[in-house]
Amino acid sequence: MKKRMKMLLLLGFCCGMVFGDQNRSDPHDQRVFPVLSINYDYVQMPFEVSLWILLASLMKLGFHLLPVLSGVVPESCLLIVVGLLVGGLIRVMGKNPPVLDSQLFFLCLLPPIILDAGYFLPIRPFTENAGTILTFAVLGTLWNVFFMGAVLYGACRLEAGRLASVDLLSCLLFGSIVSAVDPVAVLAVFEEIHINELLHILVFGESLLNDAVTVVLYHLFEEFAHAGEVTVGDVFLGVVCFFVVALGGVLVGGVYGVLAAFTSRFTSHTRVIEPLFVFLYSYMAYLSAEVFHLSGIMALIACGVVMRPYVEANISHKSYTTIKYFLKMWSSVSETLIFIFLGVSTVAGPHAWNWTFVSITIVLCLLSRVLGVVGLTYIINKYRMVKLSGKDQFIVAYGGLRGAIAFSLAFLLSSDDFPMKDMFLTAIITVIFFTVFVQGMTIRPLVDLLAVKKRKQSKCSINEEIHTQFLEHLLAGIEGVCGHYGHHHWRHKLNRFNKRYIKRCLIGGERSQEPQLISFYNKMELKQALMLLESNSSANLSAGVTAAIPRQRSRKTLNISKEREEEIRKILRGNLQKTRQRLCSYSRHTLKPDAEDDDWSETRLRKQRVEMERRMSHFLTVPALPESPPARRARVESV
Amino acid sequence: MGLQGWRNVLALKTSKNNNRAAWQRAFPVPLSHSQITRLYSRFHSLDKGENGALSREDFQRIPELAINPLGDRIINAFFPEGEDQANFRGFMRTLAHFRPVEDNEKNKDLTSGEPLNSRTNKLLFAFRLYDLDRDDKISRDELLQVLRMMVGVNISDEQLGSIADRTIQEADTNGDMCISFSEFIKVLEKVDVEQKMSIRFLH
Repeated sequence: MKKRMKMLLLLGFCCGMVFGDQNRSDPHDQRVFPVLSINYDYVQMPFEVSLWILLASLMKLGFHLLPVLSGVVPESCLLIVVGLLVGGLIRVMGKNPPVLDSQLFFLCLLPPIILDAGYFLPIRPFTENAGTILTFAVLGTLWNVFFMGAVLYGACRLEAGRLASVDLLSCLLFGSIVSAVDPVAVLAVFEEIHINELLHILVFGESLLNDAVTVVLYHLFEEFAHAGEVTVGDVFLGVVCFFVVALGGVLVGGVYGVLAAFTSRFTSHTRVIEPLFVFLYSYMAYLSAEVFHLSGIMALIACGVVMRPYVEANISHKSYTTIKYFLKMWSSVSETLIFIFLGVSTVAGPHAWNWTFVSITIVLCLLSRVLGVVGLTYIINKYRMVKLSGKDQFIVAYGGLRGAIAFSLAFLLSSDDFPMKDMFLTAIITVIFFTVFVQGMTIRPLVDLLAVKKRKQSKCSINEEIHTQFLEHLLAGIEGVCGHYGHHHWRHKLNRFNKRYIKRCLIGGERSQEPQLISFYNKMELKQALMLLESNSSANLSAGVTAAIPRQRSRKTLNISKEREEEIRKILRGNLQKTRQRLCSYSRHTLKPDAEDDDWSETRLRKQRVEMERRMSHFLTVPALPESPPARRARVESV
Repeated sequence: MGLQGWRNVLALKTSKNNNRAAWQRAFPVPLSHSQITRLYSRFHSLDKGENGALSREDFQRIPELAINPLGDRIINAFFPEGEDQANFRGFMRTLAHFRPVEDNEKNKDLTSGEPLNSRTNKLLFAFRLYDLDRDDKISRDELLQVLRMMVGVNISDEQLGSIADRTIQEADTNGDMCISFSEFIKVLEKVDVEQKMSIRFLH
């Protein structure tokens, strides 16, 4: 046998040599057939991308092993420092460190974070505070831009010297880039400080919605700088453009969201690819909006918000878990990569440092933010039912962090129209560093110092759900009595419209008729049953390994005869073997529910699962088909 | 009392705080002048019979209440025990529960008793809508009735029963299989009742 193998190997070797020789066109070359050769160019791109992502993930892993550090310094700061180190390392090695490519940023790194935020956006607080959020996002950003642009221009005029060439339009453009609060940075810092829901949604909502303003102003000023002169008509068109960008983005997102919901209605036979539809439709919404220079971020948010209730009613529980974990994973990796690249780009990018410009920028950022927030809150509080206190205003103002979006927008500027692009980049990087490091690090102790209300850990409780719905009905009725078409009235109308028409189209099967209360209750029961199953199985597995003494004790009290025990053992052994034979083959296209079980305690798990399924099916009974209406009504009447 | 009559009552109120006590003695409902005027015109427009009081039919004519699952109970809340007519004072008193909680009211002295729109009183109003027999407890049957009204006819009784059992089990701390008012308050302590039970109309 071995001799035959050796002969075959030798034969193969010779053939290889022959073939190798035949392929050589050059007769003088008598090279040996390369058993091991290196071809790095073939895999360079994917290899480097994977290496970066691996580095980012390992960094994330490392931080959480050092609880001392991660308790004081927010993760984003540490990641930027890592980026600086890596960039320095690359520079020391002689190569040029890569810069954060704007196309890569806007098309690959930003969408996962925004989709994750939009899909899991808490709708109720968002709509309740929508007016406030919009005011901060639109009016606040406009104020910041013009205030900063004007004061910077004045400062440049006064300074003269190198800054004399900076004209008003450039200052306004710089203002529009640097004023926008960045959703990535806000998420990264606010995730860790756990403030109450209201403040979180205010700052976060503002950072999402100000994208429309930023996009419009950026393109506006860029066009003006390119064209050379500005007329009143242009300004008017700019205002129109804002509405088109914002509403257009939302519309595009909404359309894709409806499509996704409709598609998910028919996926009951191909459960495996359900998450893919969610991701693809959302990404297409983003890209389609970017094609027309509409606000991609708003499209993505609108898509996620619109499709979520219907998709969740249609897809399986596993797909829901998959979507949740994939989104969290991608957004986490993206965020890490963004901050690392920011650090690397700082080392790489061409810098033009100017003390005056940079220091004035930082001071102005803080000043305009504080003034804007205080001024707007004074106006807003007249219309709000729950007023914003001074502490709230401080957190909103202090939480206005700048991030990578500002950097990428500045990077996209053309050097021909803007000769001072390098100075802008340096100033923006300094502002980003300042906000992320100084504000990011100090916001946690400040929150504790000012005793700002923290987020309440809410377990989902059936009581809260029932009573909240009860109150909503009550308030809608009271508004009807007052003759006041307020918040509750419109929400009630929207719910009825939703229930009557939209749910019928977009949710398949009997789930379309299910009231919200029942689906909430079912979800809760399912969650609890699964938790019970997991805790029971893990308890039994560990008990089987460690509990020798308790078993003996129970044996004493059981009093089974020896033959009976032998009989039981034989039955158990036989069943265990049978289940091993009964394993079904694993197919890539379908997921059988118990294809993976290969554990020695499988029978025990099986028994528990059967018991759990019996319990679940009791609670998840398909709602009884309505009997003849008069009989049904009579029953209701008699209750 | 016609609108002029009410205006005379309102003339008691001056903008100075030291007359606030006199105002409240005459008129123990915490609403401002403009709010009362608006409510009165609404009351008047609902009162088709022109007799200065609202009957149940007047309320049932409101379209929003007709389609509301809790419509009947809301209407009942406006009528005091055993009466069939709701006068303007009662109308206002019920609606005063839904006035937003003002910050400066929190600092007001509590010698005049807790205002109608405090958190506790708002919750008491909601509790009384559940608790029809006024025994200060929400029993399983009362809960089932409300659930049935909110959920519709498609759900079986067993399912609704298990939901009701689960709800009582979660809230009940003293083991009497009913939800008392203090348990009700405790369960809703994380819910922002001040904002949820306020109407901008009365702002």
